[in-house]
Amino acid sequence: MLTKRIIPCLDVRNGKVVKGIHFENLKVAGEPISYAKYYSEQGADELVFLDISATIEKRNTIEELVRNVASNISIPFTVGGGIKTVEDILILLENGADKVSINTQAVKNPDIVYESAKKFGSQCIVVAIDAKKTGYNTWEVYIESGKKATGIDAIKWAKQVEELGAGEILLTSIDTDGTQSGYDISLTKIITETVKIPVIASGGAGSIEHLYRVLVEGNASAVLIASLLHFKILKIAQIKEFLRDRNIPVRL
Amino acid sequence: MTGIINYGAGNIFSVMNTIERLDEKTLIISEPEQLSKVHRIILPGVGAFDEAMQYLKNHEFVDKLKEEMKKGKPILGICLGLQTFFEKSEEGKLDGLKLLRGCVKKFPERKGYVIPHMGWNSVKILVESDFVGGVPNKSFFYFAHSYYPVPEEANFICGTTEYGLEFASIVQKENLIGVQFHPEKSASCGLIFLENFIKMR
Repeated sequence: MLTKRIIPCLDVRNGKVVKGIHFENLKVAGEPISYAKYYSEQGADELVFLDISATIEKRNTIEELVRNVASNISIPFTVGGGIKTVEDILILLENGADKVSINTQAVKNPDIVYESAKKFGSQCIVVAIDAKKTGYNTWEVYIESGKKATGIDAIKWAKQVEELGAGEILLTSIDTDGTQSGYDISLTKIITETVKIPVIASGGAGSIEHLYRVLVEGNASAVLIASLLHFKILKIAQIKEFLRDRNIPVRL
Repeated sequence: MTGIINYGAGNIFSVMNTIERLDEKTLIISEPEQLSKVHRIILPGVGAFDEAMQYLKNHEFVDKLKEEMKKGKPILGICLGLQTFFEKSEEGKLDGLKLLRGCVKKFPERKGYVIPHMGWNSVKILVESDFVGGVPNKSFFYFAHSYYPVPEEANFICGTTEYGLEFASIVQKENLIGVQFHPEKSASCGLIFLENFIKMR
C-alpha cells in the first residue's frame, strides 16, 4: 500500500537553513547538510530544499549544495527557488536533485512546465502554488515568495498545471504559513478534489493533530513540515507512530 | 566496473554516487563502444520514454545492448530503464528495446489513486534469487511513475506491488533485471539490491 509521506522542508538562504514567518522576518536555523543527514536517518520519506534567495549569480552555491546533499543521503529530494529555464532544471537534476519545484516562473511562463515534463518526465516536475484566501472557497495565487498577487484563481491554476504535465503540486497557504495554527484544510481538500496528481500540503503545522487532519480531511498525499521538526517539537518516528495507530499507512 | 547510460535527461548522479559508495567504480556511458569496457550496465530511470528511446536509437545503442545481453553481461533497468526493455509504451510512439515481450501501460484513473504513483510502497517478492537475496519481503521502496510494465511472460515477474492493481515491480530474465522503483533512493533496502547487482558477473 502506498504510504503517506512526511517531508521535512529546508528553507535555504545563502547556504543556511532558515524558517520564515509569513515569508518575512527570517530566522537563521542551521546547516543544510546536517539537517539532510539527520532527517534521512530519522525516517523522512523525502526532503524539500527551497532556496528563497536563489538568483542566477548564486547558482554555483545551489549546485554545490545539491551535489553535497545527493552524496550524503539515499532518499529523494526536491529543489526549488529561482528556476527560470529548462536548462536550469537540467543542471539541478544533473547535480543530483530528483525533482524540481517551479513557482513564479510557472506563472510567468507556463510553457516551462510543459517543456520540462516532456523532456524529464512528469514525475520530477513539481509546481509550487502559494495561495491566499480571498473569500469563501476562493484563493488567489501569489508569486515571488508570496509577495506579489497574480489575480489567478488557485483552483483553476492547479487544474492548468496538471494539464501542462506537472507531476505533483506543493500547495502552501500563505495565510497559515509560519503561524503553527494548522494547515488550510479547505484549500487542500478543494485542490485534491480538483486534480488527480499528488498534493503536498504545506504551511501551518503546529501539532501532530494538524498533520493527521490534512492527510485525512484534506486528502493530501504528503505533508511538508519545517519548524515543528527543526526545533525538535516533534520527531518523525513519533509522527509516523501516531498516524499508524490511526490506520494511516506510513513507512516505519 | 559498472557502466551507467546517460540519456542526457536528468539525474544519473544519484545512481553513480550510490554505486561508488559501495566501493564499485562507475563509467558514465554516452557511446555504445563503451559498453564492452564495463562488467555490468545500468539503464537509469530518468526522462520520458520517447526521449530515452530516441537517444538510444540515435547513438546506436539498441543492437549493442542486445549483444551485451546475449553475452550474459548483467543489465539493470531502473524505472524508465526497465520500461525501455519492452516492445511498446503507452507513454510514447517509438518502439522499445524489445529485450522482453510485453508493453508498458498507463495507470487507469481510479478514485483514491493519484497519478503519478509517487512515494514509498511495498514489494512482494515472488521469486527468490541472488538479486533479491537479503531483502525482507514486503519492504518499502520509493516509486515515481505513471506507467507500469506488463510482461507477457509471467514467469519473469519476480516481485509485485499493489496500487489499485497489482503490477510487476521486479522483473528478471537471466542476466536482464528491471525494477520499477528507485533502489538508489530507497534507503537501506535499496542499497542491498544494488550491492547484490554489483556482485553479479
